[in-house]
Amino acid sequence: MSIHVRNVSKNFGDFPALQGVSVDVAGGSLTALLGPSGSGKSTLLRIIAGLETPDLGEIIISGEDATGVRVQDRNVGFVFQHYAAFKHRTVRDNIAFGLKVRKRPKAEIREKVDELLRLVQLEAFGHRYPAQLSGGQRQRMALARALAPNPEVLLLDEPFGALDARVRAELRDWLRRLHEEVHVTTIFVTHDQAEAMDVASQIVVMNHGRVEQVGDPTQLYDEPASEFVMQFVGEANRLGDRWVRPHDLDLSPDPAPGAVEAQIERITRYGFDARIELVTADGSELLVQVTRERLEELELRPGQIVGVVALNERTFAGR
Amino acid sequence: MRRYALRFVALAYLAAILIAPLGVVFYRTFQDGFAAAWEALSTPETIHAFKLTLIITAIAVPLNTVFGIICAIAIVRRRFPGKGLLNAFIDLPLALSPVVVGLSLFLLYGRTGWFGGFFERHDIQVLFALPAMVIATIFVSLPFVAREVVPTLREIGDEQEQAARTLGASGWQTFRRITLPSIRWAVIYGVILTTARCLGEYGAVAVISGRIQGQTETATLRVEERYDSFDLAGAYAIAIVLALIAIAVLLLMTLVKPREGTA
Repeated sequence: MSIHVRNVSKNFGDFPALQGVSVDVAGGSLTALLGPSGSGKSTLLRIIAGLETPDLGEIIISGEDATGVRVQDRNVGFVFQHYAAFKHRTVRDNIAFGLKVRKRPKAEIREKVDELLRLVQLEAFGHRYPAQLSGGQRQRMALARALAPNPEVLLLDEPFGALDARVRAELRDWLRRLHEEVHVTTIFVTHDQAEAMDVASQIVVMNHGRVEQVGDPTQLYDEPASEFVMQFVGEANRLGDRWVRPHDLDLSPDPAPGAVEAQIERITRYGFDARIELVTADGSELLVQVTRERLEELELRPGQIVGVVALNERTFAGR
Repeated sequence: MRRYALRFVALAYLAAILIAPLGVVFYRTFQDGFAAAWEALSTPETIHAFKLTLIITAIAVPLNTVFGIICAIAIVRRRFPGKGLLNAFIDLPLALSPVVVGLSLFLLYGRTGWFGGFFERHDIQVLFALPAMVIATIFVSLPFVAREVVPTLREIGDEQEQAARTLGASGWQTFRRITLPSIRWAVIYGVILTTARCLGEYGAVAVISGRIQGQTETATLRVEERYDSFDLAGAYAIAIVLALIAIAVLLLMTLVKPREGTA
């Protein structure tokens, strides 16, 4: 159930949403399309689903050219950001929809819906209407509905975007576990790099309708291929033409030769580490991440002038 | 205090404009007793007039319902050249005087009109007969279903329809199982308004029907004919039945309206 996207381009009027995009997704994998809004990630997902047609290029699902195949014949499960729940149908009827339009026997439908209700932990809610569910429950229902016809591919468009932070984290874990159980090839779209890193085994970073880099979370963080990936995946500081991660910077109270001088603006303590915001003499902002012990050792306070030393930095060829 | 003032204005306006004329008609109808009204209603011409009105309505309403739903979907869901024009043209019957509609039908279907020759050669009587009356009524009652359905379609958006498609539903299955249930109250409301408009149509039909008693005279035309013949009791009685049908239709609408939260 692999997916291959070959040289896909799509324009909306004058706006180039996708420009020659190629992506390979292995069967059974969990892939994130990561990018800022307007990067083309949702358009790519909708083209894979058949909800949009590409101007150029092709989509190959399980070795077969699916470019001209209609949405309803593509056998993909799609989960929308705002759930797209069938408002006038109960949870059971929502989940059963894909089986009913396929005219499956009643007993089989009942069995499958029961199984899915268990899987998404909504056994007690089968006879409710979507309006009577919380956001997280609605999205789980939408997932069960998408999985009901046994799709070859599961596509999720910002599935947790409309949920609050706690529910989002819960559903993230849950999606990962679900994927381990169901093993359907899954692609989800997100603009949240933490979400992509947390859930996906492969991340496709997109920007301005192009693929910037494809890799696993560690690769993207440790070996970003471009300035864009450097700053979009994880936090990054710019020191002239060099880029440094916040935890790859150290501070010294007496600026040593070669160090960049900067004034401390703000110190924020999170559990284990502290984040220090600084402003350099030329006005650019820096973020430094140190452990709490290091912070206490250095006895730093806002307003102080310190030296900033890069422990590990990288440069990118101009583009 | 302001609350009551507002209610008073609303109710007084309704009373003056709607209730008073209706009340007078009621009063006049039954002034000479129920029997007189019944007698006026049971003449063959009057019965025929009601039948004709109902036949025209029964043809025009289903046609405009189907057409209205198709138009609304085209306007909201599709992109095509001339869409703005279609959107504007749907409202034309509301802007155009029915008399103008009647005259334009004359020009189209008259002996020297664009289509008139064709129908005459095939020996089909359009003007001064049922076909022209049906066409005129369809024209004047055209916008209601589309106008009710368009905002509802916009409001529900197309995500549910897209979801249905990804789940394997064909275009027709998506319409029947997802779109139609979502817009059904708008459709019903539109059908009721269309029905009311068809029952009450006067102007266009007056022009193209020829008003032949017992043949091309609808209930509204009959009211005027009775009035002109100084049969006030008869005119009032027919008017009251028309009013009662309209009220029944409106009540039906209130009854079928969805309870909050279940739609």
